Amino acid sequence: MDPKKPRDSAAESARAAQFPDEVLERVLSLLDSHKDRSAASLVSKAWYNAERWSRTRVFIGNCYSVTPEIVAGRFPNIRSVTLKGKPRFSDFNLVPQNWGADIRSWLTVFADRYPLLEELRLKRMTVTDESLKFLALKFQNFRALSLLSCDGFSTNGLAVIAARCRNLTELDIQENGIDDIIVLLNFASLSSDIDFDALERLVSRCNSLKVLKVNRTITLDQLQRLLVRAPRLTELGTGSFLQELNAYQCPDLERAFGGCKNLHTLSGLYEATALYLPVLYPACANLTFLNLNDAALQNEELAKLVVHCPCLRRLWVLDTVGDEGLEAVAMSCQFLEELRVFPANPFDEEENHGVSESGFLAVSYGCRRLHYVLYFCRQMTNAAVATIVQNCPDFTHFRLCIMNPGQPDYVTNEPMDEAFGAVVKTCTKLQRLAVSGLLTDLTFEYIGRYAKNLETLSVAFAGSSDLGMQCVLRGCPKLRKLEIRDCPFGNAALLSGLEKYESMRSLWMSACKVTMNGCEVLARERPRLNVEVMKDEESSDGQAYKVYVYRTVAGPRRDAPPFVLTL
Amino acid sequence: MSTPLEHDYIGLKETSLMSRSSDKALPSSSSGGDEKKSSLNLRETELRLGLPGSQSPERKQALGVSLFGKDLESKSSVLGFALSPSKSSVSGAKRVFCDAIDGCPSKWVFSASNGKSEVDLAKGGPALLSPRSGKEGDNGVNTLQSCVSKPAMKEALGGVPQSPKPEQEERKNQGAGGSEHGSAPAAKAQVVGWPPIRSFRKNTTASTLAKNCDDAEGKCLYVKVSMDGAPYLRKVDLRTYGSYSELSTALEKMFSCFTIGHCDSHGPLGQESLSESRLADLLNGSEYVLTYEDKDGDWMLVGDVPWEMFTDSCRRLRIMKSSEAIGLAPRATEKCKSRD
Repeated sequence: MDPKKPRDSAAESARAAQFPDEVLERVLSLLDSHKDRSAASLVSKAWYNAERWSRTRVFIGNCYSVTPEIVAGRFPNIRSVTLKGKPRFSDFNLVPQNWGADIRSWLTVFADRYPLLEELRLKRMTVTDESLKFLALKFQNFRALSLLSCDGFSTNGLAVIAARCRNLTELDIQENGIDDIIVLLNFASLSSDIDFDALERLVSRCNSLKVLKVNRTITLDQLQRLLVRAPRLTELGTGSFLQELNAYQCPDLERAFGGCKNLHTLSGLYEATALYLPVLYPACANLTFLNLNDAALQNEELAKLVVHCPCLRRLWVLDTVGDEGLEAVAMSCQFLEELRVFPANPFDEEENHGVSESGFLAVSYGCRRLHYVLYFCRQMTNAAVATIVQNCPDFTHFRLCIMNPGQPDYVTNEPMDEAFGAVVKTCTKLQRLAVSGLLTDLTFEYIGRYAKNLETLSVAFAGSSDLGMQCVLRGCPKLRKLEIRDCPFGNAALLSGLEKYESMRSLWMSACKVTMNGCEVLARERPRLNVEVMKDEESSDGQAYKVYVYRTVAGPRRDAPPFVLTL
Repeated sequence: MSTPLEHDYIGLKETSLMSRSSDKALPSSSSGGDEKKSSLNLRETELRLGLPGSQSPERKQALGVSLFGKDLESKSSVLGFALSPSKSSVSGAKRVFCDAIDGCPSKWVFSASNGKSEVDLAKGGPALLSPRSGKEGDNGVNTLQSCVSKPAMKEALGGVPQSPKPEQEERKNQGAGGSEHGSAPAAKAQVVGWPPIRSFRKNTTASTLAKNCDDAEGKCLYVKVSMDGAPYLRKVDLRTYGSYSELSTALEKMFSCFTIGHCDSHGPLGQESLSESRLADLLNGSEYVLTYEDKDGDWMLVGDVPWEMFTDSCRRLRIMKSSEAIGLAPRATEKCKSRD
């Protein structure tokens, strides 16, 4: 990073005098976006330094791409750290336990270098109770903890956080699948009032608590008690919505929700039924995000609810609402930008359940601002998808999962190539794409040719030959994450990305045709990549069953478990 | 994915049970050894109204009710109408016991609101006349069928579901995806990590129950159930129920034959439908009381303590004639009502 070449040294010193470092730092401190900051840091040495001193938040997309020492060495004033660990397919049980991504080594460094750390946001990392305890003890200013899809901890660890962190404003511990006791503090049974009192006290103490999400062991009347103590809540994740309330509890609950004037995000609602949903209505006026994927609503229930949510921008539902439910959404929520429809019964092969192409179509007609969709369905047609993207050309995230692998267009029986062709041709802003259904190499030719802004691509049970993957690797200039499973792509495809992988965050290939030889070649040609092969009892000799490739400045992992082979 | 385990009345196991992937969110889905197999077989002897952990889409098909998947039964109003007029009786994994006895404390004396038991019986029909009956052979279902009022069943169902169902199940049992013609490989349903849903998202109630049952694997809670006047006892696995209402329903199913038999001796049976209404009358007559022996050896009335406590302490169940349980039943009713 050379400084700009001066026209003449006088002008340069004049410029330098006008721009002392402190000012530059002050200016750069107003930059929020990581991309902007990265760009600024490349301008000159002065800017690089100003940027690193003024940065308070750092985002690390792959915890193994860098070491905590390097991070702390470059950025001395960090207050907020976001870290992502395991490859995404670990969510679907494709990565064995003890793979790694433990936060502890990071915390040890942070305790020393960032004692004023305030926020920690982790995704797919292993966090033990000891780590949580360490966190609670070492960071006096700690305010916000978010654990998304993490494992390794229990409510004991969370209890320490809750008890020790005096400045807690945010505690988001959902989506971690903790089984036994699924909430913040130890709730062994409903009758254990003592523990609930502790939660209540915590909530009362944190009078600026903005975000609170609990799990389903918290009942409605307990929720009511929490709500009245947290009037500033903007994000609420309720517990169970299934409880018999007596005559005075119900209006109390309605009042409590009515008092939540600032709520813009609502989730939880476990086991919600039509009976108690109306208590939510007064809290929905400003709702922008409604997460119903733990409440299997029927179409009428959803219809009645969304009528009260005119400002809704993001909606997550289960496919129990059916196409009719989605039609109701299309009518009530014209500002909808994001829709996610999850399957209530992913392993049920009956095709008369769930949603189909018509629900998606309806939403595309009613919600023209739709730009993010995740849609699990059992049938789809090329024509429907083409119409959908005609209606909503602004898609940035298009994730379509036709749940039966390799299923063609159910009307024409053709591959779904044209559907995704339409998506990439029409949606020029597309950043993330997940494909499904019966797909030939043609789909990937389309993607390579048209998806110029694509950053993340997920592929499963698709493609006909190496050509498919090659098209993508050669064609998508902004590709950062590529995850592939069960596709007929082999070494030729893998190696066609030699020029590409260092500009990407990572590549995952499992159950493809890649062999150990191919991986070894890749590792040899690109020493700045970590090429990790996970050994699996299903892999035959020579076959590289699960391959994870990522760029790194940290060298090979030092904590790799025995089943991970770094080539 | 799910197989109608409970329809196989005498426990002829279904091989498909073992071949289902561990991804399936069913209590019996863990691929186990023979021991597990046999415990599942026994569980299959239970007839249950489709509830979390014990249901099959096939059965729902037989009902002709459009339901969104097995797990939904636990949440939707379908279950509501099936089990009880009151919504809050929808069974969840963990229920306060009062909730479970909501509105029907007299259930413990094998009575239920008329509508409820009628519907139960109707719904119980397909359970008894399982589509699998064709496949397993008659010996699979003869026992109960002979007990249950056939005419009632037939009325409710319009006949035994025919063989296409078993085929369908066979296909399902193999986990074939979607295709009637078996072109989908059997392995498809067992693909790890597909569809790409985070595992905790798999339907809540089912997976909770699955977990509960897995936990109990070491101590599957089979208890003997005896009924005064019945020629033989039954065994139930308490772990497969989440609440008193589920248990009660299951026991009603199991022992209704004896009740009807008993009824025979009382009055005219003439009509085709020894129907639901007659049974209901009988049940409402509070002929029986459900009691249990706890670990101290004392005989207690079922329903007093929270469900979990009950399953922990129950050693055996006895369906007692209310004449022998004088004074207990009404008081229990009072107690429950006052708790609400």
